[in-house]
Amino acid sequence: MPKHVIDPNQWIKLYSDYLFNYTITRVNDSEKAKDLVQDTFFAGLKSMKNFKGEASERTWLISILKRKIIDHYRKINSNKGKAEVRISYSGDESEGDWLEERVADPFDKTAEDTLENTELGYAIDNCLEKLPAKQAQVLEMKTILNYETEAICNELDITASNLWVIIHRARTAMASCLEKNWF
Amino acid sequence: MSSKIIISCEEANHVCDKTQYKEATLWEKVKLNIHLIYCKACREYTKNNTKLSQLFKNKPASLDASSKESLQAAFDKELANQQ
Repeated sequence: MPKHVIDPNQWIKLYSDYLFNYTITRVNDSEKAKDLVQDTFFAGLKSMKNFKGEASERTWLISILKRKIIDHYRKINSNKGKAEVRISYSGDESEGDWLEERVADPFDKTAEDTLENTELGYAIDNCLEKLPAKQAQVLEMKTILNYETEAICNELDITASNLWVIIHRARTAMASCLEKNWF
Repeated sequence: MSSKIIISCEEANHVCDKTQYKEATLWEKVKLNIHLIYCKACREYTKNNTKLSQLFKNKPASLDASSKESLQAAFDKELANQQ
């Protein structure tokens, strides 16, 4: 197997979306997730010399990110005085002191899931681009950004029934655009 | 909104759209479901609409352009410090 090389210049471009998506499903706070992703890139930069090339860059970054997420929860929990389980372990690849680090992550996606969802992301973006600008804008605000109906109406200066007509047309168009591959 | 139990396809679709955002009332949902019993076209629309909502839910989150830019800027600075 070829050795993996490390090139931090490409990190943000290649991995920031992936790491952000990984984090947001676990911490549920987009500001916090952004901070954790940034911390991960910085920590990766600092310990670049420890990168042995056994795993891909992405896997390596994710392993750093996992620890950052655990630290984040530990910080929250330490305020509550919650008990933690400390067990030392050492093995071929890693060693440490905390039991959580050894626990399998039930949210961990399999490679296939990740690939499929990435493709779905592209497909949705692609279909959104084909919609008339106004429909795409309203649908995005409503469905992806989860704005309240009232907020959208105020911002775009339309009535609620206008909004629902636009949403209906947009959803119908999206469904037929995605139909070939995703229904 | 009328209080009739039988609603038109147009209204049924409207309620179906609202349901996707959890904005339909209980009474509206009852009317929609009664409509779906006898209307095949609207059953099909409801099925696709629900599926579409699911797809949107599975769409991976991505960073918006401006925070990606500021991330890149902060990272470049850190990278310059390292070298």
